[in-house]
Amino acid sequence: MRPGLVLKSVTIAVDGRVLMENLDLAIAPGEVVTLMGQSGSGKSTLVNYIGGHLDRGFRASGSVHLGGRNITAMPAAERRVGLLFQDDLLFPHLSVLENLLFGLAASVRGRVARRELAVGELARAGLSGFEDRDPATLSGGQRARVALLRTLLARPDALLLDEPFGKLDPGLRSVFRTVVFDQTRQQGIPVLLVTHDGADAEAAGGRVVTLA
Amino acid sequence: MATPLHPLSPARPWRARIAIAGLAGTLIILLLPLGAGFLGTVLPAFGILPAIGTGEVGLTPWRDLAASPGFATSLRLTLVTGLASTALAFALTVGFFASHRQLLGGRLAEALLAPLLASPHSAIAVGLAFLLAPSGWLARLVSPWPSGWTVPPDLVTIHDPWGIALTIGLVVKETPFLVLVTLAALNQVDAPSILRTGAALGYRRRSAWLKLVLPLIYPQIRLPIYIVLAFSLSVVDMALVLGPGNPPTLAVAAVRWFNAPDVTRYPMAAAAALLVLVVVMAAIGFWRVVEMGLARAGRRWIATGRRWHPAIELGEVLATGVFAALALGIAALASMVVWSFAWRWPFPHRLPVEWTVALWTQQASSLTGPLINTIGLALATTAMSLAVAIAAFEILENHSFALPAVVRAAALPLLLPQVAFQFGAQVLLVGLHLDGDLIGVCWLQMAFVLPYVLLALADPWRALDGRYARSAAALGASQVRILLAIKLPILLRPLLIAGAIGFAVSVAQYLPTLFAGGGRIATLTTEAVTRSSGGDRRVVGLLVTLQAALPMLIYGAALVIPKVLYANRRGMAGAA
Repeated sequence: MRPGLVLKSVTIAVDGRVLMENLDLAIAPGEVVTLMGQSGSGKSTLVNYIGGHLDRGFRASGSVHLGGRNITAMPAAERRVGLLFQDDLLFPHLSVLENLLFGLAASVRGRVARRELAVGELARAGLSGFEDRDPATLSGGQRARVALLRTLLARPDALLLDEPFGKLDPGLRSVFRTVVFDQTRQQGIPVLLVTHDGADAEAAGGRVVTLA
Repeated sequence: MATPLHPLSPARPWRARIAIAGLAGTLIILLLPLGAGFLGTVLPAFGILPAIGTGEVGLTPWRDLAASPGFATSLRLTLVTGLASTALAFALTVGFFASHRQLLGGRLAEALLAPLLASPHSAIAVGLAFLLAPSGWLARLVSPWPSGWTVPPDLVTIHDPWGIALTIGLVVKETPFLVLVTLAALNQVDAPSILRTGAALGYRRRSAWLKLVLPLIYPQIRLPIYIVLAFSLSVVDMALVLGPGNPPTLAVAAVRWFNAPDVTRYPMAAAAALLVLVVVMAAIGFWRVVEMGLARAGRRWIATGRRWHPAIELGEVLATGVFAALALGIAALASMVVWSFAWRWPFPHRLPVEWTVALWTQQASSLTGPLINTIGLALATTAMSLAVAIAAFEILENHSFALPAVVRAAALPLLLPQVAFQFGAQVLLVGLHLDGDLIGVCWLQMAFVLPYVLLALADPWRALDGRYARSAAALGASQVRILLAIKLPILLRPLLIAGAIGFAVSVAQYLPTLFAGGGRIATLTTEAVTRSSGGDRRVVGLLVTLQAALPMLIYGAALVIPKVLYANRRGMAGAA
């Protein structure tokens, strides 16, 4: 099995306060690991560290490896680490399709081919005909699906989910969860899920890591 | 711990260093005229002026200044008009917001405020001069009935020795500005629920507003108030048009001596310019002390638990004053438009007896030069300011500098009187052979356009959700692509508005244009001020109309363009 997302003795501190010390974690391709812990325990900090979004002011040691590459010192844009937040963060000035095309990996070439691929994915997600819609006119569930699609179209090697189901109502939440985990398993993407909600962890069905 | 912790360093440290060095270099070049200008004012003020070889280092210029006829009056006039107009504009603004939930239902307010905000100071001053003059609109309104005047009355209205016309002019121009910044500050606090809480405790609107809302927003309007104060104490164009002529305010006196054919007046002029700077600093310090005293008294007043005070009812009067100021300003501009279409308009007719469009066509050729200079300078300074501002915010943000501190530093030139720098800056330009050159004017204007653009853009830039950029980076987009495809398009509206503000500031510049242009570069503003006394009123009307219309057009475009481009993007409707 090819190596997934591997953290090697990661220590992160801010303002002299150590948030986590010598954290080791390996997430295999297709595996979902759930990260739990109280607010302020450093869950989001870890997500930002892995994604390369940590603000200056934090100090860290250790390393992050993805698919065998050491990505610790890479800029965020080159890490191939996808990210989903609680808010969908669809770019408000772009249409649904333009949002997807922004995400779609540049390795897919040709205007028509790119468009067809994105439209096809949109249809598979049950959103056919939504290409030219303004993201602001979509329902919360639809927006969440577009955001997931946008993230997956970038073909990430790993996916970080920072409480991505938090704002969906309970019925929608379980449906969307299933969609996410099915997709990542199918595509063999290692997933780190940050959540407060025990039900999320249960649905993920994998290991649970708790930050003190 | 196995390995030592290390700070997170940028992925490409050399790139970051080049960017920061480039930014710092750009800012130094842009602010060089201020530094050189200051030096070029301080040295002559103490007798050091190699060019004319007076040679004698010492306090002679100051003694000359103190002994000059009318000096004490000039100083008093400067202090009274500057402090009174700022205090009045602030009081009107506070009275207004304490009394009214919103400004005439939002829309109308925008329509009334926009022309006054966008118009150059000099345009409003020239318009007011006609409105208030013995032969002006106000006098015509009451003539021949009920005043009985068939010829303009022999009254001193504008250029009055007490500086009342100048004070009115400053209040008319600065009140809209303070109303605007107060509106912006109110957006950051939940005033309605604060006032509801106050009401539930038995405080009526005005008391609750003064005791609960004003203390919250004051820190945010403090800097704009200081800018207004510094401007009012050192203004030249408005003082030339409306202020007393002999003795004039200090800033006008300094400019007059600088431009005197007799170069031996230079040191005295420099001393006067430096004194304006001292006056501004002292006035800001004085305002700060009064501020603290009022805050202390206010806290005591709050602690008394008194729900009402008779003085609070003054609020309604002050609120009416805001409407009066807006009405005067609009009428002033309107009168100029009317003049530009007047053929014959003798006293005491309220409107021209013969109308014409001939002026617009006749004058077209003679005004093309100033018009093109104005537009070219405004476009160049605005484009450069926007580019510098975007680069600055982008670089500083990526390196986690404290934006607010940087922006406050950038606002510093606005707290300094222009007159204290222009002379020295002119010396710098002469040395570089850039005097009388559009590039030189551009350079000098930048020191005043850039701060406004930075101030206008800072809040929207900070308010942009940083997670958009992170999402884009997680999708593999580079820094440049994130900036061009995500940040700038989302910030389009605030960018255009900042640009419109920069444009208006550039159009309004009088002193930098006058000094750097060496009198050879005419803009609408320099022409309007020059011709305001004694020139053909119809031509002045035309100049002022253009002066006010240009920034208005740009401002209108800044509002319309995003609406058109993002007609189908509901998420962009309220974007900053």
